[in-house]
Amino acid sequence: MAEDSPTLQYLKERLADGILDTHAFRGDQTIVVRRERLCETFRTFRDDPKLAFNFLTDITAVDYLGKREPRFEVVYHLYSMPRGERLRVKVPVPEADPVVDSLTPLWKGANWLEREVWDMFGIRFLGHPDLRRILLYEEFQGHPLRKDYPVNLWQPLVPEREVAGTFVDERSRNKLTRLKQKLAPGG
Amino acid sequence: MNPERVDLPIETMDLQMGPSHPATHGTIKFNLKLEGEKVLDCDVEVGYLHRGFAKSCEQATWTQVIPYTDRLNYASPVINNVGYALAVEKLIGVETTPRCQFIRVIMSELARIFDHLTCCGMTASELGAITAGFYMLEARELIMRIVETVTGARLTVTYVRIGGVKHDLPFGFAEQVERAFRIVRKLLSDCDRLLSRNRIFLDRMAGIGAISRETAIAYGLTGPILRSTGVNYDVRKAHPYLVYDQLDFEIPLGTKGDDYDRFVVRIQELEQSMRIVEQALKKIPPGPVTIEDPSIVLPEKERVYGSIEGLMNHFKIIIEGIKVPPGEVYFAVEGGNGELGFYLVSDGGGRPYRVRVRPPCFIAMSAFSEMIKGRMLADIIPTFGMINMIGGECDR
Repeated sequence: MAEDSPTLQYLKERLADGILDTHAFRGDQTIVVRRERLCETFRTFRDDPKLAFNFLTDITAVDYLGKREPRFEVVYHLYSMPRGERLRVKVPVPEADPVVDSLTPLWKGANWLEREVWDMFGIRFLGHPDLRRILLYEEFQGHPLRKDYPVNLWQPLVPEREVAGTFVDERSRNKLTRLKQKLAPGG
Repeated sequence: MNPERVDLPIETMDLQMGPSHPATHGTIKFNLKLEGEKVLDCDVEVGYLHRGFAKSCEQATWTQVIPYTDRLNYASPVINNVGYALAVEKLIGVETTPRCQFIRVIMSELARIFDHLTCCGMTASELGAITAGFYMLEARELIMRIVETVTGARLTVTYVRIGGVKHDLPFGFAEQVERAFRIVRKLLSDCDRLLSRNRIFLDRMAGIGAISRETAIAYGLTGPILRSTGVNYDVRKAHPYLVYDQLDFEIPLGTKGDDYDRFVVRIQELEQSMRIVEQALKKIPPGPVTIEDPSIVLPEKERVYGSIEGLMNHFKIIIEGIKVPPGEVYFAVEGGNGELGFYLVSDGGGRPYRVRVRPPCFIAMSAFSEMIKGRMLADIIPTFGMINMIGGECDR
């Protein structure tokens, strides 16, 4: 294993007990942190002048079903504008309790990115102001980027939602009624 | 209370704008709360073009993902190809040949010109400046012809391969580019005269959709939107990939972060991209366009049909896919709309375990409601146009 970069060494001293693992594969610095007090950890990344990771590039997750325990990993990519350095932060999340802290208090951009992770992986973000599905629709069953979600599964059409105060065309109402009859059990 | 001034009762109205609104190019819905024409709140609904890009990639071999990447930002497909190929190459630990690196830069910059012309032309025509819009589409067509000559396709080009590109540049490419750029420059100067001091255009763009530098960073915005606020961040300069460090170009910056600055940054980037292409065409060295590694690159067709080793090699790569060592990488390139990042996870097999794209315009759309709150309904059109939301990339 190669020598740790100065940033990783500094992080190890700074967050000694919060860090589970560090490595640098192909020059990508990666640290794995505990999910307890996650928001505080990220506040350190952002506000410590020696780190200054002030730019949240991306949030995503990986499902390691049957490969690793715990099953999920939430992956954050941070960038330091003043220092021109990237850092990958990974947080293991168990299947039984898929919850991590939301980073929306630190970066506004976390809002949609976390909604997408919830939508695709079913990982909840504690303290998120508006955790709804984003790319899929409310009636969708399951979380498609989980490895146990079949790739060829079809989900039924959902009836048109009625929104209070909106005008509904008679023709589409008839269509809606027909669709409801079709979807009703025994129909 | 002053008896002479009677406030009229104000009623807020809910309006759903979209998902297919004639003045927005892109399938997206804005759930607006209006007070008269003033936007009180805007909830953006995306996902109409979601087709499961990441899930599809997990079913395909590493090479078969390249056509899927074309369909992300379909205004600049080559940049997506290049970004993905560079990420896979980083994961394998190889570097392409010098000539291939130059070709990738040339094609990426042509795609960027195409992307910016689409964005600026469409926005101009949506604001009524339809002549300028047509001029830019004409310029775009010239670039599209070059792309067609090189790749054989106009939109879904699939030009880049892991370890190289599909084939070399065609004969007479430099002359074709030179001719096209001469006309593009003339068209752009016409557009400049039509738009830069146009009262209607300025009134609808200047000061609209403005966002501060701090807010732009908090939202993770990149590309022309971030640079219009004055933050000097371009992946081509901050982390030079390919041969961008050998080429001389500038990063145009704005000051106010409004729609007009975004427009000007894009227009100036067009000139810089043309400069890059011209320099690269002068510097491009001769040589092969793919690396020589039978475990990554498909053999020549003569070898496939003429020898058993070539045939086996071909089938191994097609059926099993390229073997990529286990690990994970993040690689970012500067796309038309900002930092286009690929986060790849490999489990050592022939297929990707996870492909994640960092979509620049998805992140820009998350800041949209902040840009538009408190402004007029009509301001949605230029602001949305200058974000340049591309459904294929936003919704994946």
